[in-house]
Amino acid sequence: MAERSFAREVEDLKLGAGDEFRGEGILAITKALLECGVSYVAGYQGAPISHLMDVLADAQDILSDLGVHFENSASEATAAATLAASVMYPVRGAVTFKAPVGINVASDALANLTSGGVTGGALIIIGEDYGEGSSIMQERSHAFAMKSQLWLVDPRPDVASIVKAVHDSFELSEASNTPVMLEVRIRACHVHGRFATRDNVRPSFPLSRALEQPSRDTNRIVLPPASYLHEKEKIEKRWPAAVEFIHARGMNETFAGDIDDIGIIMQGGMYNGVITALREAGLADIWGETRIPLYVMNVTYPIVDAEVIEFCRGKKAVLMVEEGQPEFIEQALHKILRNADIPAKLHGKDLFPMAGEYTAQVMSQAIGAFIRRWRADVLPDAARAPNIDRVEVDGKIRALAEVVPPRPPGFCTGCPERPIFSAMKLVEKELGPHHVAADIGCHLFSILPPFNIGATTMGYGLGPASASAFNIPAGKRSISMMGDGGFWHNGLTSGIGNAVFNQHDGVIVVVDNYYSAATGGQDIPSSRADNRSRSTKHPIVEAVKGVGATWVRQIDRTYDVTRMRDTLREALTTEQKGPKIIVASSECMLNKQRRVKPLAAAAAKRGERVVRERFGVDEDVCSGDHACIRLSGCPSLSVKPTSDPLKDNPVAAVDNSCVGCGHCGEVADAAVLCPSFYRADIVSNPTAAEVWFDRLWRRMIGALQRRRAGRRIMFTQETA
Amino acid sequence: MNVSVAPISVGLSQARPISIAVLAMGGQGGGVLVDWIVALAERRGWYAQSTSVPGVAQRTGATIYYIEMIAPDPSRPHRHPVLSLMPAPGKVDIVIGAELMEAGRAMLRGLVSPDRTLLIGSSHRSLAVIEKTAPGDGTADASQVYEAANVAANRFIAFDMAEIADSTGSAVSAVLFGALAGAAALPFTTEDFEATIRAAGVGVDASLRAFAAGRERAAAELKQDPKIKPAAKPPLAKHYPKLEPIGDAGYDALVARALHLPAELHGIVAAGLQRVVDFQDVAYGQDYLNRLEAMPRDALGLMQAFAKYLAIAMAYDDVIRVADLKTRPGRFDRVRREVRAGDDQVLAITEFFHPRIEEMAGLLPPRLGEKLERNARLARLIDRGRKLRTTGPLAFLLLYGVAGLRRFRRGTLRHAREMRHLEDWAQRVRTFAAHDLALATAVCEARRLVGGYSDTHSRGESKFDKVMRAADRLAGRPDAAEWVQRLTRLALKDADGAELDGALRTIETLFEDT
Repeated sequence: MAERSFAREVEDLKLGAGDEFRGEGILAITKALLECGVSYVAGYQGAPISHLMDVLADAQDILSDLGVHFENSASEATAAATLAASVMYPVRGAVTFKAPVGINVASDALANLTSGGVTGGALIIIGEDYGEGSSIMQERSHAFAMKSQLWLVDPRPDVASIVKAVHDSFELSEASNTPVMLEVRIRACHVHGRFATRDNVRPSFPLSRALEQPSRDTNRIVLPPASYLHEKEKIEKRWPAAVEFIHARGMNETFAGDIDDIGIIMQGGMYNGVITALREAGLADIWGETRIPLYVMNVTYPIVDAEVIEFCRGKKAVLMVEEGQPEFIEQALHKILRNADIPAKLHGKDLFPMAGEYTAQVMSQAIGAFIRRWRADVLPDAARAPNIDRVEVDGKIRALAEVVPPRPPGFCTGCPERPIFSAMKLVEKELGPHHVAADIGCHLFSILPPFNIGATTMGYGLGPASASAFNIPAGKRSISMMGDGGFWHNGLTSGIGNAVFNQHDGVIVVVDNYYSAATGGQDIPSSRADNRSRSTKHPIVEAVKGVGATWVRQIDRTYDVTRMRDTLREALTTEQKGPKIIVASSECMLNKQRRVKPLAAAAAKRGERVVRERFGVDEDVCSGDHACIRLSGCPSLSVKPTSDPLKDNPVAAVDNSCVGCGHCGEVADAAVLCPSFYRADIVSNPTAAEVWFDRLWRRMIGALQRRRAGRRIMFTQETA
Repeated sequence: MNVSVAPISVGLSQARPISIAVLAMGGQGGGVLVDWIVALAERRGWYAQSTSVPGVAQRTGATIYYIEMIAPDPSRPHRHPVLSLMPAPGKVDIVIGAELMEAGRAMLRGLVSPDRTLLIGSSHRSLAVIEKTAPGDGTADASQVYEAANVAANRFIAFDMAEIADSTGSAVSAVLFGALAGAAALPFTTEDFEATIRAAGVGVDASLRAFAAGRERAAAELKQDPKIKPAAKPPLAKHYPKLEPIGDAGYDALVARALHLPAELHGIVAAGLQRVVDFQDVAYGQDYLNRLEAMPRDALGLMQAFAKYLAIAMAYDDVIRVADLKTRPGRFDRVRREVRAGDDQVLAITEFFHPRIEEMAGLLPPRLGEKLERNARLARLIDRGRKLRTTGPLAFLLLYGVAGLRRFRRGTLRHAREMRHLEDWAQRVRTFAAHDLALATAVCEARRLVGGYSDTHSRGESKFDKVMRAADRLAGRPDAAEWVQRLTRLALKDADGAELDGALRTIETLFEDT
């Protein structure tokens, strides 16, 4: 079960002709898929398209009513391979994953699919994770479209345009027998907007017919000589067909303006940014009227040469607004304009930065420079010479750079992965630092303070694989990390199987938190939840042993820091050769709280006995050295000032967001830290016996306390 | 190709959207607030667009949300606005910081502009990891955020919204929504805001309470004279007890004696006296005064520091003291308040102890203790974590008994060691005081490096010893005090002492040069 429920949003999927949808871009795409009569949808979760998968998972009933098959694929490669259903049969299919990492994983299937071509519309929805908020390497998906000859659609970033692009893309795919990638940038995925809905459409060719009356054509299979024909077909048939369709359908848009000796060409995704920059310069308005002509490439690959030539004809200069690098489109435009003998001067990366996101500031500077260069006369005075004195303001703000602390993402309150790294810190103190190969997932937060553990990350599930070279005799062993998500994605073979086969002598820690947690808590094969449409509860340990690992340890409560530390130490020092695999399991606290909290509240309300646990710190025992925090970093474990004149440092304090995971106490114990921690068990609706004994002990303890207080000097304690 | 007909003759619309940026931390409810703002605008028939880049930032990291909204234009009934997906520096109308440093971050990003931006910030602090991990005080200086906000924003509203959220049983997001209403920066009525919360349908009553409190507070702030700028809460003042008799003959005699010290010292001496008498007994208080009076009493700065660190050194953290603090009257009630247990709930408190052989042997007479300390088998037997439920009779009695060992404390190994270390330090202070008061004071203050339990304590003590050795080496140089202060500061900055070691190497070069 994903961490966010889309029960309400799912209702919006039922909207029909004449209704209006309001919501997030990614949900609008989901609705558009149903309007397009899609037969199957598959994908692999990951920001920024996780919600697409989650909403479909919550919409199982609607999907089965419509006869749409939905799968949570094992990986992006699985998702892309699913599109094979559209090779021979006239069924529309869509898959989704994040890009470019998802495309990297899916590339084998995508390249084969594209070589043979498709009959039914095949759509690959990619959440382009680029710029602010991105969690991956900064690259473009554009290159993949070029090398495999599949089409790249990059619509204007508003909900209505994105929905239209989904409809057009299926038709484009069918018209050119080519899969289409629909690129949606991270902000557009999460953009809130509205569009007029259409009725959902049942797929006209049911998948069952394909199974019952299968058909085949060796010309569509990637094997010589067909593969040579495919390449020719791409260039001679599919490309011209695509260009023809894009032009006829008007997928790209031109907006006329009165200052028509210059113009701006852009990727569709850049449109809102361009309009905003022009508006600030007094050359466009909020309703999209512009004085500078615009050519919006909602399809960025292939380029429709004739449209570009038409747009640039008669212009002194045009500006290409193309985010990311290399500047593939700008290079192509140079060739197109030169071949057509169009003299318009082409600007692009000379005014824009080659690398990095086109933020509002970048956009406004580059477009401003372009217009000042060619038509300074049309700029209003304020835009030509902005004139605000900001000396004092800027000084004080600059000073803040020293004050405002960085706040990178980190482990949540009560995260079961935190104690694993606390234990690693403790082992590090005993055995010295080790080479730690990190992996993708929440556990990668270990590279940040307070843990500072982890040297490299090579891709999802590739932690153990990335330690392969260190399979040599040495004084220390390597440690590699892998999450349960990465494990099922590919790590079982690329990491564990590889280590068994090559007799790798390192330590592999598999972090099992019952979900694909970093992507939003989706179920995976080893999830412990009951899932009515998926088969779960397949233990990782069984799989690991199944591929031949022998030194395998299962830790069922990661919060047991002492056991975690001892197991790690054993793995690092044992005589036994071959991979040492530790599966550390505890439920993701974010998801657990979401699951358990309402249940506990309801039980307490019904009058059932419910125990709430949380931790606290005795302020007068705490010496303010913050060693506990350096082994934890838990958001609920913080420091607070004290009024005690004999204490220099703020003291540790646990706030009310504490979920009582027990990590503080365990660390204090394992690290022999400090006795100031206590755990409070707060019992609602206690039993009668419990109340009776509690009263008795309190009376007895109270008497002892009074006795001693009477025999010594007691100063009134002021609390901070 | 779609070609729209350009209405060249018609002028461009001058309408501008209202832009709002929200800076929050993952899990703070920033998304809820943004959804409310969008729903509010749409409720009044406006166009509203929001975006965010949550990604992994939802896991406690800083996140920024951006909203633009605009009323429809009756003369352009079929046109949709083209709204921006990201804030432009200097062009944002309203910036909301869900935490004080996030408000600071908004300014750093240039989002707050003196000519147009209303900055609404919650003044509470949620500390970042790097602020918490420093062995000393790593908390960022809040007053600088205020100073900047007071010039960078057109209007700055700040108050503690976490406190209001807490008292109304809601979240910061609801208080912020209230503050947005109270600031009257959006052309919507209070009823519109409230209806939006009701329509969202989650935790409605608590949200409405928090909303109302936030709205009233922001409205009150706005009514204030704009010349009165919001200011950071002053840091929590140290509370000094009064140096006065309490009706106990022994203690009162100590007070009478201490009153002869300069008046400036009375506060800290009272605190020190109470601590050491509480730690041991009245006679221990006499020891305290004896040591204090051996210092040059007219050197006030030195005396202040010595009075403080002497008390801390004398009232060291041993097993007896911890047991005593854990079994005192009033503690269980304090915990009950802290963890918010109701009267009808039963509270059980479990303590986490991990005594080592050192702590146990420390309780014994020196010779016996030293012998047992070296016994590896015994060490293994003792060295493990123990969880004691002190709200139950057995564990309580055990700790109560340990606390009762107080009367034997003077004869223990730990006490002998602590006193040796203390005397060594006090002697050094006295020696330096004769020639260099500043150095003596700095050496006094370096004592703050010692503290904590077991490992932390030994690490702190080893850093302290390094600083002491450096002080001996530096004595006689005019910059000796400055160096010792610097060393102390560096030692407090990181736990493993790398910066301290670096500085110590630099000191070595000082002597090579001369």
